[in-house]
Amino acid sequence: MPLPYYVSPEQMMKDKAEYARKGIARGRSIVTLEYADGILLVAENPSTLLHKISEIYDRIAFAGVGKYNEFENLRIAGIRHADVKGYSYSRGDVTAKALANAYSQALGNIFTQDIKPFEVEVLVAEVAENGSRNEIYHILYDGTIEDEHNYAAMGGQADEIRRFLKDHYHEGQALGEALGLGVRALTVTQNKTLSERDLEVAVLDRTKVRRKFRRIPTEALGQLLGAAR
Amino acid sequence: MIDQGGRWHGIFHDYSNPSFMDLLRREAPHLMPTASPSPTETPREPPHGTTVLSVRYRDGVIMAGDRQATAGFQVASRRIEKIFKADELSGVGIAGAAGPATEMAKLFQTELEHYEKVEGENLSLDGKANRLSQMIRMNLPAAMQGLVVVPIFAGYDEKAGVGRLFKYDITGGRYEETNYDAQGSGANFARDSLKKLWKRDMAREEVLRVALEALFDAADEDVGTGGADLVRGIFPTVKTITRSGFAEVAEDEVRRVWEVVHADRARNATGS
Repeated sequence: MPLPYYVSPEQMMKDKAEYARKGIARGRSIVTLEYADGILLVAENPSTLLHKISEIYDRIAFAGVGKYNEFENLRIAGIRHADVKGYSYSRGDVTAKALANAYSQALGNIFTQDIKPFEVEVLVAEVAENGSRNEIYHILYDGTIEDEHNYAAMGGQADEIRRFLKDHYHEGQALGEALGLGVRALTVTQNKTLSERDLEVAVLDRTKVRRKFRRIPTEALGQLLGAAR
Repeated sequence: MIDQGGRWHGIFHDYSNPSFMDLLRREAPHLMPTASPSPTETPREPPHGTTVLSVRYRDGVIMAGDRQATAGFQVASRRIEKIFKADELSGVGIAGAAGPATEMAKLFQTELEHYEKVEGENLSLDGKANRLSQMIRMNLPAAMQGLVVVPIFAGYDEKAGVGRLFKYDITGGRYEETNYDAQGSGANFARDSLKKLWKRDMAREEVLRVALEALFDAADEDVGTGGADLVRGIFPTVKTITRSGFAEVAEDEVRRVWEVVHADRARNATGS
C-alpha cells in the first residue's frame, strides 16, 4: 500500500476553511435585525417551498446559508434537540444558548474530522420575554460561535452588509421600518431591487402567545414593503 | 476517517422521519410512557370519573368537559383540565386514568408540533386521528391493568371544510362519529341528552347550550362527573375548533349559559 502524501495539519485546515468559505460565498445572504416587538429574519430566497428560515421552538428560530442539504440536516437536528428537551424538562428550559452550543460542537467536529467540511453558516435567535435581552448566535462552518447584538448578517456579502447595518441600524424600529432596512442591506452590494417575491421573511414576535415564530406571507410582505418605501 | 464520522452522525440519521414518538423511543426510551405494572399487582382505583364530549356544528366542532377528577369515592381535584389543544386545528378530550391520559395528551401535542416543524406543513386530520390511535394501542398493556385511556379527538378538516370527531376504544380502535359523542363515566347520560337536542347546522350559541345541557345531565346522574361549583366559581371548560383555529369559550360566557340552563330547569322542573 502506498503511503499517503504528508500534508501539514495547518495546511489541511487552511484548505478546508477556504473550501467552506467559497461554498458559503456562492450563496445568497440573510440578515437578522432586532426590532421593537422581537427579531426579524430576512433572506433572499426566491423559492417558497425550500426554506432558509424556520421555527425551532417556542421562542427560537433558525436560519442557514450555504448548502441546502447540510443546513437542512442541522435544522432538523435542532428541532429534535429542542423537542426532546422540552418534553423531558419543561418548555421554558429550551434555550438558544444550549442549541447554539450543540451546533458549534457538531460543526467543529465535522470540520476537524471529516474530509469535507460543511459549507454552511447558521444562526440561532431567541426572542426575550419580560424585559430580558434577545439572543442571537452565529455559528460558522468550523464551529466558531459568536453572539451578536442588534443585527447579524451571514452569507456571501456578510461583511459589506454588516458595515451597512452598522451605519444605519438604530434600536426600537417598527416592523416595517426594520424590514425596509433589512432589504436595503441585502442589496447593498448588488445593483438591483428585491421585491416580495424574492424574499423569505419571518419574525419572532414577542406579542404572540407561546409559539412566537411567524412567517410573513408574500401579500403582507408586499404591503409592508410598500409602506416602507 | 469516514467511518469515524459515524460518531456525530448519530443525531442526524434517519433523516426523513418526522415522528417525535419514534425519536423519543430511539433517543430517550426511558421517557416513553409505556407503563407496564406487574400482572400480579391489583391497581388502586385510578381517578377516572369524567365526562368529555364533542359536538359538530355549523362552524366546526365544540368540545366540553367537566372539571372534576375522582379517586375512588373522593374528589381528587376540582379544576382539572380535560380538553387539550392538540394543535391549531384540533383538540383532544381525555377520559380514563388521569396520569397516563395527560401524559398521552402531552406526547400527542409534541408529536403534532414536531411533525409540523420538520415537514413544514400540518398533518391531515385523518393522520392526526390515526397517530392518536397508535398511542392508545401502545397503552394497551397498562389498560389491561386498569389504567384505561380513551380520549375523544375532534378537529377542523381544512380540506373538507367541516368539523369532524373521532372516538376510540382501549385497543386503539378508531371510529368516526358524524354528529356528536361523549366519553367517560357520565358519557351515556350526555349522549342521551345530545341525541334529543342535536340539530343540523346549529349556530355557536345553540351548540354551546346543547353541550352544557348534556354536561348538566351527566353531572346530574353520574357521581364521577362534576357540575358547576358555584361556591368556588368553577365551570366546565368549553373549546371551539373552527376554520380560524382552536379557541376557548370564556368562563363568563359558560357561566351565563350554565345559569340559564339551571334557571330553566328549576322553573319548569325539567328532569325531576
